[in-house]
Amino acid sequence: MVGMAARVLVVEDDPASAEMLSIALRQAGFETAVVGEGTKVMPALRELKPDLVLLDLMLPGMSGIDVCKAIRAESDVPVVMLTARSDTVDVVLGLESGADDYMVKPPKTQELVARLRARLRRIDGDPAEQLTIGDLAIDVPGHRVSRDGTPISLTPLEFELLLALARKPRQVFTREVLLEQVWGYRHAADTRLVNVHVQRLRSKVERDPEHPEVVLTVRGIGYKAGTA
Amino acid sequence: MTSLAGRATDQLRPVTEAAGELTAMFGALWRRSLKVRVVSSTVALSSTVVLVLGMVLQAQLAERLIENKTQAALLQAENSRILVESELGAVDPTSASLAGRLTTAVDRLTNPDPTGTGPATASAGAYEPVLVDGGDPSGVVGTGQKIGPLEDVPAVLRSAVERGALAHKITTVQRGSTAMIMLAVGMPVASAGRTMQLYLLFPLTAEQRTLTLVQSTLVLGGLVLLVLIAGIASLVTRQVVVPVRQAAEVAERFADGHLEERMPVVGEDEMARLGTSFNEMAASIQRQIRQLEEFGELQRGFTSDVSHELRTPLTTVRMAADLLYESRDKLHPVLHRPVELLVSELDRFETLLADLLEISRLDAGVAELHGETVDLRATVANAVASVRAVADRAGTAVELDLPDDEVLAEVDPRRVERILRNLLTNALDHGEGHPVQVIVAADSDAVAVLVRDHGIGLQPGQQDLVFTRFWRGDPSRDRRTGGTGLGLSISLEDARLHGGWLQAWGAPGKGSAFRLTLPRGRDIELTGSPLPLGFPGASPGSGPPVQGPPVPAGPGR
Repeated sequence: MVGMAARVLVVEDDPASAEMLSIALRQAGFETAVVGEGTKVMPALRELKPDLVLLDLMLPGMSGIDVCKAIRAESDVPVVMLTARSDTVDVVLGLESGADDYMVKPPKTQELVARLRARLRRIDGDPAEQLTIGDLAIDVPGHRVSRDGTPISLTPLEFELLLALARKPRQVFTREVLLEQVWGYRHAADTRLVNVHVQRLRSKVERDPEHPEVVLTVRGIGYKAGTA
Repeated sequence: MTSLAGRATDQLRPVTEAAGELTAMFGALWRRSLKVRVVSSTVALSSTVVLVLGMVLQAQLAERLIENKTQAALLQAENSRILVESELGAVDPTSASLAGRLTTAVDRLTNPDPTGTGPATASAGAYEPVLVDGGDPSGVVGTGQKIGPLEDVPAVLRSAVERGALAHKITTVQRGSTAMIMLAVGMPVASAGRTMQLYLLFPLTAEQRTLTLVQSTLVLGGLVLLVLIAGIASLVTRQVVVPVRQAAEVAERFADGHLEERMPVVGEDEMARLGTSFNEMAASIQRQIRQLEEFGELQRGFTSDVSHELRTPLTTVRMAADLLYESRDKLHPVLHRPVELLVSELDRFETLLADLLEISRLDAGVAELHGETVDLRATVANAVASVRAVADRAGTAVELDLPDDEVLAEVDPRRVERILRNLLTNALDHGEGHPVQVIVAADSDAVAVLVRDHGIGLQPGQQDLVFTRFWRGDPSRDRRTGGTGLGLSISLEDARLHGGWLQAWGAPGKGSAFRLTLPRGRDIELTGSPLPLGFPGASPGSGPPVQGPPVPAGPGR
């Protein structure tokens, strides 16, 4: 939030809820725009170029999952889902459609704000920081990942997840630690989030996602970086 | 003696054992197979009938044969008497020529007149004549002169004849090395001087042969009849048993969940009626199960809808309350407390809503288990960390007793953590500030976590009640954590979902213990827990731990 306030696109069909979300987010220093229908999300996204999308999963017209897929097809903008359903199937479906994070309704305002800020946070580091993980090269200030010179496109969240692992190659990260570092959770929470995103990350960076070499599973504990 | 007897029993043992096994095998077959039962009882009953019938038949035949023979023999005897008397008419028994005359008379009997006027032997068959000058009813003692095998004539017969009677008797005679059955007929014959005795011995060889033939025919016929009856019984039973077996198979498949399974109905007999009623029953069950499934679906949908419909307005209220709470400094002091209450009660409302939704999901059977292999020590540590703030507020220490080695188990970590959180908040609520212990242990099949408090404990019989929905041990007590009254019920369902146990123990004033036992893998069946349920020694002088009854989640379920 250097200079300009971050723009959040709130996608919510319930007018009262949408209004209250806007008020709370503006109070926290965000700029907001509200869209009430799934079909109007993409035009709004192109027009407003928000820094983040807060997406209600249950929408008339077009389901939140489809909206999320449509967003991902065009943009790497962070998407935080707001869902009334905490069933695993719904949550995993939402995350697999490309959402970075999710919150179950009703969210606590403070926590919602903290999560949104975590998604908007700029990764800072040494301007020349270059890392390797497995056979991948990471250009930290440039937000670029490449294998043998071929760039691999990652969302900011996936990049951050990979970076967390790469920065401490010898450390085994529990899911809880990753939730705290990458997602900004202050309390232990839903580790499915980590599982889903590790899978998404693997599908992009691994040569064979069935036999991962970049992000390794440590049975019973969590994940660690693969060695080159 | 004893050793000998012992040896004999030893030698007999394998035989008796084999016999015992055979009996057991047949017993099992008898119990399991209707066919064996019907066929063997039919055969047993028919053998009795055939045996009795055969015996009666044989006895009747023998009687008739003897009767015929006797009739013929008596006729023959009468003829012989006339013949002999005519020969002996002029004979003086006392004369010296007696022997010669006797021989002549007997010769007349054995070599009948070639002209055909001699005694007819055709009907009675061959015979051996015996002529004796025995005693006479008037008391005169005979000379004892005899022709023929007098020793073969039974004494009873002789004495009867000597008294002047016509008599006959069946006797066994030894001829060479073989015994022959003979019919002996005796009668007095008049001579010139006094009465003499004539005996005719008729061999019964032909009758015996006939009887033997009849006997063997009867036995063979009986056996054939029995085999036929056994075959028929087996066939008839098959007609009944085969459809019964088919019905049983259909019923088994139906019970296995193939609800579309139906019995074939052929004809209008009893089996067809059985098939029809079975099919009606199956259709009715299938209909009801479908209905229940639909209800389940409806419930699931309803749960989901309630969730969404309630949560959206709740979001608005929640955020509005949060905003009010943050800016409470700008509000009139009178409103400070109401805003605090608003926020904290919203928390409770949310928890209650979440618990209600969770328990209705568990009830509907739509809760899913997402198993992953985790180190249970980490899960326990997370749960303890999540209640740390509450524990600190209550001033209660939580003591962890974890094994040094990792405790891996395939569980749903979210659910297990929730169970442990519920047990911990429960212990903090009722621990009255005394330290709460958390012990983790494992064996090859199972992992267990025991949460032990030293508070007011449980009254006898409350071990079961604690898992009841909305049940509160002591309604007057203040609630530190604002539990919904559903926590332990949800925990119990979560434990069950894992195939695990959640058990409670408690004694008044000595605190309570909750033990969660989970199998290490999905396909392991729990047989015991690595931890004892009362945790002895934790509370000095608390006495031996009382094993709580296997409460609803116990091994029986």
